[in-house]
Amino acid sequence: MINIFEVYETNKMIEHENLDVRTITLGISLLDCISDNLETLKANIYNKITNAARDLVSTGKDIEELYGIPIVNKRISVTPISLVGGAACKSPEDFVEIAEVLDECAKTVGVNFLGGYSALVSKSMTQADRLLIESIPEALAVTDRVCSSVNVGSTRTGINMDAVRLMGRTIKKAAERTADRDSLGCAKLVVFCNAPDDNPFMAGAFHGVTEGDMVINVGVSGPGVVKAALEHCKDSDFEELCETIKKTSFKITRVGQLVAREASQRLGVPFGIVDLSLAPTPAVGDSVADILKAIGVEHPGAPGTTAALALLNDQVKKGGVMASSYVGGLSGAFIPVSEDQGMIEAVQAGALTLEKLEAMTCVCSVGLDMIAIPGDTSEETLSGIIADEMALGMVNQKTTAVRLIPAIGKKVGDSVEFGGLLGYAPIMSVNTFGCERFVNRRGRIPAPIHSFKN
Amino acid sequence: MNFGAACKFLMTIYINRETNMKKTIITVVGKDKVGIIAKVCTYLANNKINILDISQTIIDGFFNMMMITDTTNAEKSTKDIRHELHQIGEEIGVSIHVQHEDIFEMMHRI
Repeated sequence: MINIFEVYETNKMIEHENLDVRTITLGISLLDCISDNLETLKANIYNKITNAARDLVSTGKDIEELYGIPIVNKRISVTPISLVGGAACKSPEDFVEIAEVLDECAKTVGVNFLGGYSALVSKSMTQADRLLIESIPEALAVTDRVCSSVNVGSTRTGINMDAVRLMGRTIKKAAERTADRDSLGCAKLVVFCNAPDDNPFMAGAFHGVTEGDMVINVGVSGPGVVKAALEHCKDSDFEELCETIKKTSFKITRVGQLVAREASQRLGVPFGIVDLSLAPTPAVGDSVADILKAIGVEHPGAPGTTAALALLNDQVKKGGVMASSYVGGLSGAFIPVSEDQGMIEAVQAGALTLEKLEAMTCVCSVGLDMIAIPGDTSEETLSGIIADEMALGMVNQKTTAVRLIPAIGKKVGDSVEFGGLLGYAPIMSVNTFGCERFVNRRGRIPAPIHSFKN
Repeated sequence: MNFGAACKFLMTIYINRETNMKKTIITVVGKDKVGIIAKVCTYLANNKINILDISQTIIDGFFNMMMITDTTNAEKSTKDIRHELHQIGEEIGVSIHVQHEDIFEMMHRI
């Protein structure tokens, strides 16, 4: 039977170490909404989402009460809209109308973000893909809760450099279109390589075409819990350090598994995966940077950081895998800058640069995330940064992503403020040497030799 | 595990399965004072909530009490019980939480 010390440990994690379930994400397929008439399509989408997600938020709250564990976000991911809207949308403006319907759906059912305003163009683009990408800056400016992502490369297909170039331009336009709000549009836009179909985390969540009609995916969190556990490991060797992270990760993930199973049963929707990520928030004590410090670097960015992060990421996976029957999504440590107080401090102290962050993304999940850069950064430079990050993902057979915010009117030394979970970020300096000739070449970078496994 | 403990363990599984017992963990944390247990137990008795196990200790200088309770026969919903116990906690200056046992079972047992 459960004893008092175990109960105390769990409740201490929840109350003092920010243990929470970061998100319950309901994936909804919109493939059966497709019509060649835009008005019919919009009505179909609205009806399907508002019906399917009717009880999502209230169910989340009930589970929260039952177990006494906060479930921070309830969210929705949908089939990439370029596939759904292809038949009906003849211009970027048509796609924006769909974005507005999605925003309305999110507000009606009470979720804080809805992901899937997406296109999958890792090899090439259809006309619909191109129109959707062109519509992204406007779509993100006129909606509040819609998130967008574009997959521009994969280990199997290589990198679609035409799409990379287009995304550099799109990010810049999205920043300009929301210049009055610290270029907030870019915080809702992710460029991916090897994007997973079942990622529950925003802004990159979409309901992949390999998924069924509906699915429940859950993202767990808890960097504060890992950090607190490591406080007892100040002088321990690597074996003990790794064991501690692994055991803590197991406990955190078990909570995610419990919530996922309960949500799946109550909503009558199949359980998909638990994403066992360490996702920080701007709250004090909810930081991945603090874990790296507890492992032994003065600030993230100091020599040794990449090795420490590699160790952390691997132990999180090893502990988490046994705790859940299905693990998926991004699963690993997130290193966003604006959403992590410790990362912000590292940038302000001059310890962390964009180049070091790029190196860190080789060994953890995701990539260059929530990084504010000067507003005058050229679209070619943006494309160059995207291409580099996509190459890391392609060659290392892992997901990488770019969520950069070229804050219009801001320069190094300034900061941008998004509020809430998105936090604030100091503007980081960017290498401004040119890459125009490289990114303006047409076509795609071929898949690496080790992708041919058949 | 000795024979007695093994029997008790098997009985617990049997009882849980047979009666579909709803086990709820009630925790009380705060500064120690006279009458905490009395107040909580009176509420539980009045609401037909059976106490299966009770333990208390001092952790980090705070009074900690844990009760494993059976709410199968309770007339009120778990939600109401949670809110009312929370209010009682505020009256006597302690923090009272009511949680389903599964969160602890999942986290601490493989």
